[in-house]
Amino acid sequence: MILPGSVKECVQALAEHGAAAKLVAGGTDLLPQLKNHLLKPGVVVDLSGVATLKKLTADKGLRIGAAVTARELERDGRLATGAYRGLAESGALVGSVQVRHLATLGGNICNAAPSADMIPPLLALDAEAVIAGPRGERRVPLRDFITGVRTTVLGADELLVELSVPDPGPHSGGAYLRHTPRRELDIAVVGVGSQVTLANGVCTKARIALAAVAPTPVHARAAERALEGQALTPQRIEEAAKLAVEAARPISDQRGSVEFRRHLVRVLTRRTLTTALARANGGQA
Amino acid sequence: MNVRKQAMTLTLNDELVEVLVKPYETLLDTLRETLGLTGPKEGCGTGDCGACTVHLDGKAVASCLVLALQARNRQVRTIEGLGTDDTLHPLQDAFVRHGVPQCGFCIPGVLMAAAALLAETPRPSDEEIRYGIAGNLCRCTGYTKMVTAIAEATAAVPQGAR
Repeated sequence: MILPGSVKECVQALAEHGAAAKLVAGGTDLLPQLKNHLLKPGVVVDLSGVATLKKLTADKGLRIGAAVTARELERDGRLATGAYRGLAESGALVGSVQVRHLATLGGNICNAAPSADMIPPLLALDAEAVIAGPRGERRVPLRDFITGVRTTVLGADELLVELSVPDPGPHSGGAYLRHTPRRELDIAVVGVGSQVTLANGVCTKARIALAAVAPTPVHARAAERALEGQALTPQRIEEAAKLAVEAARPISDQRGSVEFRRHLVRVLTRRTLTTALARANGGQA
Repeated sequence: MNVRKQAMTLTLNDELVEVLVKPYETLLDTLRETLGLTGPKEGCGTGDCGACTVHLDGKAVASCLVLALQARNRQVRTIEGLGTDDTLHPLQDAFVRHGVPQCGFCIPGVLMAAAALLAETPRPSDEEIRYGIAGNLCRCTGYTKMVTAIAEATAAVPQGAR
């Protein structure tokens, strides 16, 4: 086990061990995989000693270190209202409190499960992934970061270090909802993160990101376009919710059927858009 | 896999401890097998049941999901360090008086989750108590007595106490 103290030392360890190395941050995904022998890394590189990965700064947008925990997103006062509330809501839904104190934002993203809760709100905020590697830093829009079920653009010699969220502006609101049979320790049947930004009563930007309805989290682009430039009436929100269903390509499995998931996309899109709109208008919904 | 042990120190129940650990052993295994603290239990081993809950730097965590080396130079508290040899913690006292434990397997984890909740939210509502222990499964009896006992202990725990 390698215990680096800086991003630079992490990159060096990855350069030395390549694909044999596996990074561990919170360990909540990695440890069950190790225990079930799904994974046999040559060496584990522990990120818990890298302080810069744990920083969250809010100044004209957000910079969130990859090792910021779900619990920190849930409880950070800077995410508690308006624009970033969807991100806080997604953090509050991960695992149990014992898991949220460990599980990291970067881990949730790099694990790249289709049902990952913390990804849709960040997609809805147009977040960028900041990646460190042997040739320095590169930035990739989060929507391009995940390439398939549990696969990302990260090379074997790279690590995700930060999520960068551009300033959504003064009248922006976000919300995240998922459907699960029980609230805690469950996995989304469907998750929806919505973000709306307003100017003079008109929606200038709308983002709707869906989880657990495709191999990767996806944007409902037709629904977003139907809202932009419009006043957000309940009728327009309902039309967008119908359009969002078209972006979903769900499978039937033990958590839910195709039909049920499509229904949930419509319901959760309508609810998150309605809440995001209220928050953009300064409401505490 | 490299099985050479590595030395590390941690503060365990307020005492500085030096211990040799295998690279991929969990904090739970180190506590139970090497350090002899069998309060934290392994139920599921995958972070779903909460029986292994300990405090890491004051926060409730599933010790079955923490690699021992990740606890290096940090503060760990187990159920053995919640009260003292002479005095039960108010939560333990309330659990005894209300007859909360049946088989007892989940209880150390529940108590550590509840203690962490009270440190963060000194006067929790019943709903906050229920969410505070939602990561802990009890398969004997249920949660009604637990919630009652925690609510009662709440009044006895001074603000800011562990």
